[in-house]
Amino acid sequence: MNDFFKSRKLFLKEFQDKIKKPKIEYTKINIDSQDLITCSKCKNSIEKDIFYNNLSVCPKCNNHFRINARTRIEYVCDNNSFHELFDSLEINDPLHFPGYLNKLKTYQENTNEKEAFICGSAFIKKINVAIGVLDSYFMMGSMGKTVGKKVTNLIEYAKINKLPLIIFSASGGARMQEGIFSLMQMAKTSGALKYFSDEGNLYISVLTNPTTGGVAASFAFLGDIHIAETEALIGFAGQKVIKQTIGEDLPNNFQTSEFQLEKGFVDMVLNRKDIRDTIHNLLKIHNYLEVSLDD
Amino acid sequence: MISTSWQNVLNARSDKRPTTKDLINNLFDSFIELKGDALYGDDSSIIGGVAYLKDLPITIIGQEKGKSTEEKIKHNFGMTHPEGYRKALRLMKQAEKFKRPIITIIDTPGAFPGIEAEERGQAKAIANNLFEMMTLNTPIISIVLGEGGSGGALALNVSDITFMLKNAIYSVISPEGFATILYKDAKRASNITDDMKITAKDLYEFGIIDKIIDEDDNLHINYNNLKNNLYSNILELILKYEDNTLLKNRYNKYKKF
Repeated sequence: MNDFFKSRKLFLKEFQDKIKKPKIEYTKINIDSQDLITCSKCKNSIEKDIFYNNLSVCPKCNNHFRINARTRIEYVCDNNSFHELFDSLEINDPLHFPGYLNKLKTYQENTNEKEAFICGSAFIKKINVAIGVLDSYFMMGSMGKTVGKKVTNLIEYAKINKLPLIIFSASGGARMQEGIFSLMQMAKTSGALKYFSDEGNLYISVLTNPTTGGVAASFAFLGDIHIAETEALIGFAGQKVIKQTIGEDLPNNFQTSEFQLEKGFVDMVLNRKDIRDTIHNLLKIHNYLEVSLDD
Repeated sequence: MISTSWQNVLNARSDKRPTTKDLINNLFDSFIELKGDALYGDDSSIIGGVAYLKDLPITIIGQEKGKSTEEKIKHNFGMTHPEGYRKALRLMKQAEKFKRPIITIIDTPGAFPGIEAEERGQAKAIANNLFEMMTLNTPIISIVLGEGGSGGALALNVSDITFMLKNAIYSVISPEGFATILYKDAKRASNITDDMKITAKDLYEFGIIDKIIDEDDNLHINYNNLKNNLYSNILELILKYEDNTLLKNRYNKYKKF
């Protein structure tokens, strides 16, 4: 219990410090002139300000652009309320797989992230949550040892502190280069969630584009409530593999958010702009309280 | 020149190997098959039921590939649909209720990749098993019999002890899938199995599996030895169950991976 208060005190101090810092902007989208962005779907040009104010969604055709983890945190959490945890965990190469470490380093340089999962404590409309986001720009958000450990640590942190858990998934699945260890992360994270759940805690899983393979078949589909973001790809097996196996074409909306809703595997499909408010309302109805940060 | 690890893959897929049916016939007595997930249907890629291991009532859940073409089709080549995983979970919950240890037998190229499997929630079915098995309060021993393919295998392998046959393989994805994803060329599968580290020896060194079961040159095993091995290990796990350390040990084992 002492540790809890100590870490809370530390967190509050860091939080106060952070409030004073300027907001950092992250952009990952092709910008064709200084002020215009071209929508990859409807090909319309969108003014940059309008585009970002619309949370990287095309205002003309509702195309939800892929965003990185930091941007997601910015869109969902209260300004500067995110306090990162477990970011010192080192990368792993348990199979000594040829070329893997170099590949990781390239991704680290390109994304400015250490791994594909960013997590910590934050506030969503003044309610304290444990939040984690997979970054699809980092090796397709795939899960190896470090990602699995961070997810597990976050779940255990939420359990100890009795915080609601929010995870945004965006992943191609297990990290190939870490082989069997990647597979075992599915059991590890799922098991951690079982212990978390057994103590009556709330886990809201948000499935974003894409959520597939070993991440779909573990923590992404073990929420109390599942929210799918509009038009995301969500499923287990890859579409090419399915086509090859059955030798047929796939139905039109196959493995989309809307497909998962129709089949009964997600509770709702939401546009990006509605996710923050909906999570907040769900937290409130589960008796998580808003705190006044001025106190 | 065929690499040892690729030869291992060929052996793991060989029709000469024992299947779940052989293990049921040779290791256990008075097997009674129990079918269906009580939600959608019965999946014949998984055979489940109750039997005796010597004097001990146990629950058995095993993936069956079949040997003849007809059998293979009937058992869908050991590729499990969501209802198979849900049947497995139903029987495992029953085992917990009636305090029976569980033996799972893994032999699958992977969970079935198909339209209907996705429609019925393949991802959710696998995830649910991982979730529930972690705190299923009864001893669980898994045997990786032939192919341990990906999440489709793991969904039966959250266990206290894992045995693996000498020529079996266990991997995050099939070598063909691995080669396709990393090198866009399934034909490279036979060249990359060394790097994948999927043999019993590799996995034993990693601590992923606990015991290697020997096979002779004809890919046959000594059933009596395996039976005695299973029996003594289950008795040890029952002691852990009785002093309430079984589940803690299970979770800690997965946490260290």
